[in-house]
Amino acid sequence: MSVMKRLSGIVQAKANKALDKAENPADMLDLSYEKQQENLQKVRRALADVATAKKRLELQATELQGQATKLQDQAKQALAQGQEDLARQALTRRAALADQLTDLGTQHSQVEAQQQQLETTATRLSTQIEAFRTKKETLKATYTASKAQASIGEAVSGISESMTDAGMTLDRAQDKISQMQARAGAIDELIDTGALPDALGGGKDDIQAQLDATSQAGQVDSELAALKAQLGAAPAGGALPTASEPAPGTATPDPSGPAGGAPS
Amino acid sequence: MIVRILGEGRFEVPEADMPAIEQLDAQLTDALDRNDETEFDSTLADLVGQVRHTGVLLPADDLQTSGLVVPHPGSTLSEVRGLLSEES
Repeated sequence: MSVMKRLSGIVQAKANKALDKAENPADMLDLSYEKQQENLQKVRRALADVATAKKRLELQATELQGQATKLQDQAKQALAQGQEDLARQALTRRAALADQLTDLGTQHSQVEAQQQQLETTATRLSTQIEAFRTKKETLKATYTASKAQASIGEAVSGISESMTDAGMTLDRAQDKISQMQARAGAIDELIDTGALPDALGGGKDDIQAQLDATSQAGQVDSELAALKAQLGAAPAGGALPTASEPAPGTATPDPSGPAGGAPS
Repeated sequence: MIVRILGEGRFEVPEADMPAIEQLDAQLTDALDRNDETEFDSTLADLVGQVRHTGVLLPADDLQTSGLVVPHPGSTLSEVRGLLSEES
């Protein structure tokens, strides 16, 4: 049998099962009405969950984006310092983040699709409930007449089918939401444990530490050079060449020129 | 024929347009049987499009029941397989 026929059978079976509990047509009407309202509440709750999941994904994306930008800056800084390995390391980490970001983007569009479907379901359910409320009272008032009983049967089957659909849509949304929550949780965990590079906590950033060390060393070099220049200027003696001797000993390989070359 | 798209509502499809839908339904069933996800995804999208295009969406307060049911748009093969496993 075809997919559409089999699914139709499943929906009808579920719809009939929901109605089995009712003893008589009037009960059926009330039961359907209550069920519809319950369903609408569930759909609204799911909508709130979807909104939360979406917000969480957006926050994670912002955080990862910030980290990616930072790594990009660090790569530039490292290159400027001539530390190509460090730059490569920063870019590698950035690539890993880019994958995560793509994944987050996919999840985000899935959440949006869910949201849209649930919103449609909520709108249709509330229109339906309102229409059914009026119809229910009219039908109940006349349900002893055999014709009315038939129309009660029809109305109830129709409503029950729609409720079943809403229930199935809700189940699907809830599955998706929990999958998404699990993945979001996993990403949070990665960020927290630092498995994802450079987890916001600025303290534990090894790339930054290396960059800082290099620029500190650079600063020390230039201060040293400035001091040497001062010393060299004051006594006007042959102090300069001697003062420059210890500079290589401080182990700061400076490709810009031999030690002792005063900057000005 | 009234065709329901899960999560979307019921569409009244003229009889003349039913063969195209039945054709896509057969293709979808075939893709499911062969476990062909790519074919399944594209056929489901075509099927949903065809029902939306040829059918008229019934108002929510119309209480007629449907004769055929299309899975939720965007459902995966394994999701639909899961739904169908509820058959008794």
